[in-house]
Amino acid sequence: MDPIIVVKDLHKYFGSVEAVRGVSLEVQYGEVVVVIGPSGSGKSTLLRCINHLEAPTRGEIWVDNQELTNKKTDINAVRAEVGMVFQLFNLFPHVTALDNVAMAQRIVRKRSREEAEAVAMEQLKRVGIPEKADCFPGQLSGGQQQRVAIARALAMNPKIMLFDEPTSALDPEMIKEVLDVMLELAAGGMTMLVVSHEMGFARAAARRIIFMDQGVIVEETTPEELYTHPKEERTKLFLSKILH
Amino acid sequence: MTTPETPTGSTPSARIRPGILGQELHLSSLPWWAFILIATGLTLAYLILASPPYHETFIFLSEGLVVTLRITVVSYTIATVLGLITGLARTSKNAVAYTVSTLYVEAVRGIPLIVLMLYTAFVIVPAIASLLRAIGLWGLNAGATGALASFLDALQRATSRDVSLEVRAIAALGVGYGAYEAEIFRAGIQSIGRGQMEAARSLGMTYPQAMIHIILPQAIRRVLPPLGNDFIACLKDSSLATVLAVNELTQLGRLRRSSTFRVFETFNVLSFLYLAMTLTLSGLVRVLERKMKFEE
Repeated sequence: MDPIIVVKDLHKYFGSVEAVRGVSLEVQYGEVVVVIGPSGSGKSTLLRCINHLEAPTRGEIWVDNQELTNKKTDINAVRAEVGMVFQLFNLFPHVTALDNVAMAQRIVRKRSREEAEAVAMEQLKRVGIPEKADCFPGQLSGGQQQRVAIARALAMNPKIMLFDEPTSALDPEMIKEVLDVMLELAAGGMTMLVVSHEMGFARAAARRIIFMDQGVIVEETTPEELYTHPKEERTKLFLSKILH
Repeated sequence: MTTPETPTGSTPSARIRPGILGQELHLSSLPWWAFILIATGLTLAYLILASPPYHETFIFLSEGLVVTLRITVVSYTIATVLGLITGLARTSKNAVAYTVSTLYVEAVRGIPLIVLMLYTAFVIVPAIASLLRAIGLWGLNAGATGALASFLDALQRATSRDVSLEVRAIAALGVGYGAYEAEIFRAGIQSIGRGQMEAARSLGMTYPQAMIHIILPQAIRRVLPPLGNDFIACLKDSSLATVLAVNELTQLGRLRRSSTFRVFETFNVLSFLYLAMTLTLSGLVRVLERKMKFEE
């Protein structure tokens, strides 16, 4: 089977700053890959290039056998298959949790209101907060908001889920409820690319962990191996800073 | 708070009293300006009812009130549509849309409204009329027949007199306020965080879908108070239509003054009418602002 995500020699400049400097990566169906690295290492940019929130400067990106870097590809159609969860949740504050989950289904998937709301309710149950369906995002805690955001992405039936530091903006006591939802997703066979420094999650769910620094992949191995026997000096240095 | 901060005065109890909402009320913090305005307004209202010169002036001017409101509402509606479209174009990545909209906003905002009004009435409208005449003539010479020919014939007869001065004033105000509102809409759209657009796009929405369903509903709520303030400004600026001799409030005031020489009564009533409208409206905007603050 072809890998579902293929990144070939990706480069991304912001002005004269090169944030990603030649990254190649493959992700298989059902695989969970965690990306770690210091701030400014290009890990978020890599993720954002994969659903084209950032246009790559050079290189190729294939998602589900469609070339994102080809101008003829319908980016919106590809994006609908790729769920994204943001650090700051980015829920739509002007509609309820239920509508947050139902809206894109109706607009993009052309589902009827009844169907979209039924799916939305199902996904809210899946992330454990069906009782918050009628709340506005402002009335929810950070952990609850992030779970709604995950439900919103899942409701589109994506083939891939991208997580951009999903727990970094959360208070410590809320991190677990979000990680639990992510662990369940991983156990269910979802393809996931996760930028996160949560070691527990990486150990429990990821087959592969990637350490990035200064726009390149420095080391790529299993979480167990990386956390216990990092090979590269830069990895050791970084880990010594995040593991206390 | 049970013990209020004591000001430097020796008898604080004389200056601080509990207000209706349980907060301390300083006499100096009362809205005296509003009391004075209300008292003045009541005095004028009484004069209008009781004094014949004031009463007659009021009757004469009240016809202009209708025209003023009509000009304001119609031109502001045009301005809102124009402003929304222009505001969207100003935030778009499309170079043509951005250039055209920015040119419009910068040019119009740099011209005084009174000049814009004269320019629209005496340059643009006649220019459009002669353009239409030229098209009609050209079409007829080219040998058009039937319904098209009678249409072209009508075009050929177009003159600027077909467009009333009130319509020209409305067009000028609409174009002028369209530019102001464009900037309000642009600011509103840009005030919505980048993450909202990214979240919408990441779900597969197109740019227009994300704009319509996600960004605009939030942006428009945010710009309602400034749009309300602009409506009040537009109401006041509709008085500029007097330079086109449109029979709105100010024009009738000037007519009244020159026919009766009752300068004092005329301009008292004229100002009273504008103030009554603008103060009512700004009260409404204030309520709206408070409501929005509460919701956020």
